Formats: sequence, structure tokens, C-alpha cells
Amino acid sequence: MSDALESRGLMRRLFEAKSLEEMSTPTKIVVYAILALWTLVVLFPLYWVLVTSFKVEVQVDSGPFYIPFVDFKPTLDAWNFMLLQNNTLGPYLNSIVVTLSSTVLALIIGALAAYALVRIRFEVKLAAILTFLVLLIAVIVAIAALHVPWQVAGVVAIALFLLALATFVRRFKAAVSNNDIEFWMISNRIMPPIVAVLPIYVMFQHLQLLDTQFALIATYTGVNLPIVVWLTRDFFAGVPLDLEESAEIDGASKFRVFFTIALPLVRSGLAATFMLVFILAWNEFLLALFLTNARAQTMPVLVAAQNTTRGPQWWYMSVLIVIMIAPVIVIAAFLQKHIARGLLVGAVKG
Amino acid sequence: MTLAQATHTQTSARETRDEWIDRHSGRIMVLPAVIILLCFAIFPLIVSIYLSLCRFALAGGSFTLTFIGLYNYKRLLFGTQQYHLIGTMKPIETSGWIAFAVYAAAVLYWLVRYVRTEFSVLGFVGRLISVALLTGLVLALLATLPPKAYQGTLLTTCLYVLFGVTAQFAIGLGLALLCAQPIRARGFFRVVFFIPLMVTPVGVAYMFRMFADMQKGPLAPVSAALGLGAWSWADHAWSARLMVLIGDTWQWTPFMFIVLLAGIENQPRDQLEAARLDGASGFQIFRDITWPAIAPIAATVVLIRLIEAFKIIDIPNVLTAGGPGLATESMTLHSFIAWRTQDLGGSAAIGYLLLFVSTITCVSFFNYVVRWTRRHQ
Repeated sequence: MSDALESRGLMRRLFEAKSLEEMSTPTKIVVYAILALWTLVVLFPLYWVLVTSFKVEVQVDSGPFYIPFVDFKPTLDAWNFMLLQNNTLGPYLNSIVVTLSSTVLALIIGALAAYALVRIRFEVKLAAILTFLVLLIAVIVAIAALHVPWQVAGVVAIALFLLALATFVRRFKAAVSNNDIEFWMISNRIMPPIVAVLPIYVMFQHLQLLDTQFALIATYTGVNLPIVVWLTRDFFAGVPLDLEESAEIDGASKFRVFFTIALPLVRSGLAATFMLVFILAWNEFLLALFLTNARAQTMPVLVAAQNTTRGPQWWYMSVLIVIMIAPVIVIAAFLQKHIARGLLVGAVKG
Repeated sequence: MTLAQATHTQTSARETRDEWIDRHSGRIMVLPAVIILLCFAIFPLIVSIYLSLCRFALAGGSFTLTFIGLYNYKRLLFGTQQYHLIGTMKPIETSGWIAFAVYAAAVLYWLVRYVRTEFSVLGFVGRLISVALLTGLVLALLATLPPKAYQGTLLTTCLYVLFGVTAQFAIGLGLALLCAQPIRARGFFRVVFFIPLMVTPVGVAYMFRMFADMQKGPLAPVSAALGLGAWSWADHAWSARLMVLIGDTWQWTPFMFIVLLAGIENQPRDQLEAARLDGASGFQIFRDITWPAIAPIAATVVLIRLIEAFKIIDIPNVLTAGGPGLATESMTLHSFIAWRTQDLGGSAAIGYLLLFVSTITCVSFFNYVVRWTRRHQ
């Protein structure tokens, strides 16, 4: 009896590998029809962009032409103009530099913090945090309303803070734990960028760093850090402790353990995080709009700026969109397998 | 002798430095992240509060900030700018009141059930805050639905979030369920369905503007066949909003799809096979095995998407420039426009109101839905 059952299970498993046969034909047709429909929904707009990039003005204006060589004669005019005559390569280079640097920075800083928060117990006195916040607010008010030079205010505040740490902060017991710190870091992501961008703009203006790649790299690192902490903390939590412990007994420092043992073990998760942060930074529009002008302009701003008085020039625009999508698709193709797995871990434990 | 001594002290000094680093390694690891978050999150947040309580004026190359208290907020919520943030309101019609009664009954039932089953003061206060926000939004929506009334940016943003996230989740889940079936070319569909996530939102907006051009776009023959002629989606509030939603959904469905698919493929195999052996139907399997297995993942993905959805700006900005009128303007775009007209105080106040709404929504969702799904796993 049980033998029969088992063999039935085995048979089923054998068939499951390609068990399209299990579905009835009408079901099969419906399933494929829906999937094909969504494929069309995804690909047709992209196809249209690609085709439009090979058109000239007349071919766009005189109605829809669908298939190159059949409906219309494709030209490289738009590509030629955008890549050789227009200043496209500058913003493109900016985008690459800014995106890669900020992604790598966010990944290193975020992963370090996440690892420490998973492995090392922290106790930060609540009193110290409150003192810090009060001093920060005092400094801002002093600078903005009382016109105290910011260097003076900063030095005074740091001195007061150290004094407070050495004296009354010690008496208070209440402290925040690792979970609270993690929650604080992750919750920064809820903040809409529009709230933060005005002060950041003023800050970089004071430092005379507006319209530089540095400003964008620093800002993107900041806004994407919460995501990195959120995702990587779960990857590190999944790494078995004994490996690290034995390395530590052998005398390796925490940093050494992190770089030689923990990081390589979470490769897959890091790849997924890298991809996600890369996409977010590569496509970011609002912050770049505020913080850049001509020199450090990135691709999304350039694309948005194509809306000229004569209306958008679709053929040029299409070239820009195509060259913006291309590198991301190449990276995604390489990391595709890691992405789903990595995001899943993050979502399960979140 | 002296040489040896010197070397010895040197090494011991170096050792103590290494030791110091090792002893404080935890703090050193966390410090960069904390500093960056302080610079780019906490510091701007505090400055923004201050800005939102001030009037900003350019005066001869420099600027002045005058402290004016809550005036910016009052103006937006109740005063001259109310039409822009909340909308132009008219008395609620009878059908509106009926809808409100249904809503109120549902909320009351939810609250009463909470008090009866698991009451805690903090939880009750939290629920009251969520209900207050939701009730305010529902009343504002009902008051802007009668003829000649218009919705402002707050309601438009909430509509984008509500319908956008729902549509993305529904389509994403549907596609993930289909792709988890034993079908051919699964890898192909998976890669293709992932692509829209990678297209820059500004690009998505232009793409859909080009695509939905009823005279020159690829759909022109269709609209001509339907006899739509000179009809344009961009001229009507709801069709323009629908267009923004379509663009947003096209872009973000892949995110839901890819995570949900991974979750479905991760569900317990043995249970599935047992259920199949027992002759359970597809729907039964979904309801009793798949859904409980993926519910926490689904809730978390929706939460991530909720957080991001409130920040929408690129698509409405490029697709419709917020028009017709204010119909498609999101709060971020509203704030940006205020900034451009040098109303920095107003801009910061709008940003803060957005932060307020999105924080309450996301925290509520986390407490009532995400936690609930994790408990019932």
C-alpha cells in the first residue's frame, strides 16, 4: 500500500519536471496567452523607443510607422547628433561615475554597519542621543537666527557634547539597543527626498560644492544607505557564527573577519543589493535636478530637459533612453539569478 | 641594547593601537553610516522644520528668514493654498454621506473588535491616529467629488499610492503565480518581466507620452478605428491620472513579480505534493498553502513599495507636467513648484506634510498588516 503511494509520488515527481501535460489544453492556452500579452505590454513600448531612435522628424510627424526597412527607411541621424554633436557623453560619464562610486560606497559603509549591528552588542545612552539632538538644534538655530559663524558654533557644540559625555550622561541608565539603531537607520528611507533636498542644497552651496560629482555621490550614498543596511543585515544574520568565532580565536581582528569571511559568504545578497541600489542611483532624478547644473548633470536630468519649446524631439529622446537602459540590462543579465534570491531573504525577515 | 629596547617599545605601541582599533571595532564600523545619516537625514530634517516655520524672501543678493510660526501649514490646510493641497471642496452629496456611513461603520467595527480582543493603551492611541488621518482623507475626497470640485495634490498622491500599489501587487502576484506553473520558457518570461524596473522613470514618462500620442503614436490606428478622433487623454483629469498610474504600474510591477515569484518557489514542496495527491484544486492549494507561505513576503514587498510610492514625481512631471490643471500633480511636484517660485517655507511645509502622511501610513501598515501576517505564519 505504502509502496504504491510512494511510487505514485515518484511518478509524479518524474513528470513534474516538464509537467505541462498536467494542465489541460485550454488552461495551457490561457496561461500562455496572458504571459504573451504581458510580454507584449513590456516589450512593445521599448520596441517603439528603439525604432523611433532610427527615425527622422518627418517620419515621426507623418504618422505611425512600425517596421524599419518596410514602413520607413531607418537612419542614424539621431544617434549621430546625440553622440557626436550634442553634449551627451558628459552627462553619461557623470552618471556612470556618480552611480558606481555612490553604490560602492553605500555598499561598503552600509554592510559594515549592518555587520556590526548583527554581531556586536551596542549600548548607546539615551541621554547622550538627546544631548546630541539638543545641541544640533541649538547650533542650527544659532547659525540661522543669530548669525553665529558656523565654525564657532560647531566647535562650541562639540566641546559641550564631550563635556556632557564625561559628566552627567554617565548617571543615566536608559540605553537604546541594536534593534533600535537598525530601525532608526532603516526608517530614514521613509523620508521623502523633497524634505531633505533644500537643506542639502544650502549645505553644498555653503561648501561651494554645488554642481560637482562629489555632492551627488555623497547624497546618493546617504539616501541609499538605509536600503543597504535593511537588506544586508539579514544576509549577515544568516551566516553561521562558528566560522567567524574560530577565526577570531585564531587572532583575526573584527575587520579581518568581516572582509575575509563574512563578506564572501554573502556574495549573492551583496549582488542583489548592488543591483537594486545601482538602479535607484542610476535613475534618480529629483536630487540631481536640485544639486546639479551643467557640469555634473546626470542622464535623467538630461532626458527630462529634452522637453524644449518645440515639444519633445522624440527621435533624440529615444536615443538617450536606449543608451540609458543598455548598461543596466547588461548588469542585470549577469546578476539576474542573485537578485531574486537576495531580495527574498530581505523580504522574509525584513 | 638600546636599539632592542627602542624596537620593543615601538612594537608595543603599535600593538596597543591595533588593540584599540579592535576594542572599538564595532563603533568604528557603525560610525561612517551614522555620520552620513546625520548629514543627509537628521540635519536636513531639522533644518526643514525650521524652514517650514519661516517666510523666505530674497533681498538684494542675500535672503532673509522671518519666523512666522505655523502660518505656512495653516495656509496650506485651511487658507489660500487649500485649493492646491487638498482641493476645491463642495458640500458632500447624499451618496457621499452614504459611502461615509459605510466607511464609519467598518472603522468602528474594527476599533471595537480591537478593544474587545487585545487592548493596550499605546495600540489604541496608534489606531486612533491612523483612523483620524484616514477619516480626514476620506472626508476630503468625498468633498472634492461633486461636480465643479477638484482634488488637490494630497488626494492625488494618495490615489496614486492606493491604486498604483494595488494594481502592481495584483498583476505582480498573478504573473508570479503563472510563472511558477510548470511552463516552458520560464527563464525568458522572468527576464523580460524584470526589464521595466530598470528603465529610468523619466524615460518611462516620455515613452508613454510618445506611445499614447493618439495622432502619431503606434496606437493611432486603434483610436481612429474607435472613432475617438481628436480626443486626448491629457485633457481630462481622470484619464490623465490613469495614464500616470499606467506608467507607474508598468515600471513597478516587476519588483512585486520578482520577489513574489521567489517566495512562491520557496514554499514547502512536501505540503504541495501532499495536497496534490489528495486531489486539492488549484485554488485550494493557493488558499491553504501558497498564500500563508508568501503572506509575510507579500506584506513586506507592499510596505517597501508604499514607502517609495509616496515619493512619486518623475512620471507626472514629465508625462503631464501636473496637468490638466492640478489633476496629476503629486505632493513632491507641488513642493518642487513652490520651491521654484521661491516659496521655500511653503515648499518645506508641503514636504513635511508628505512626510507626516507617508510615515503614518507606512507605520500603520507595518503594525496592522506586516506584523499580523508574521504572527499568523
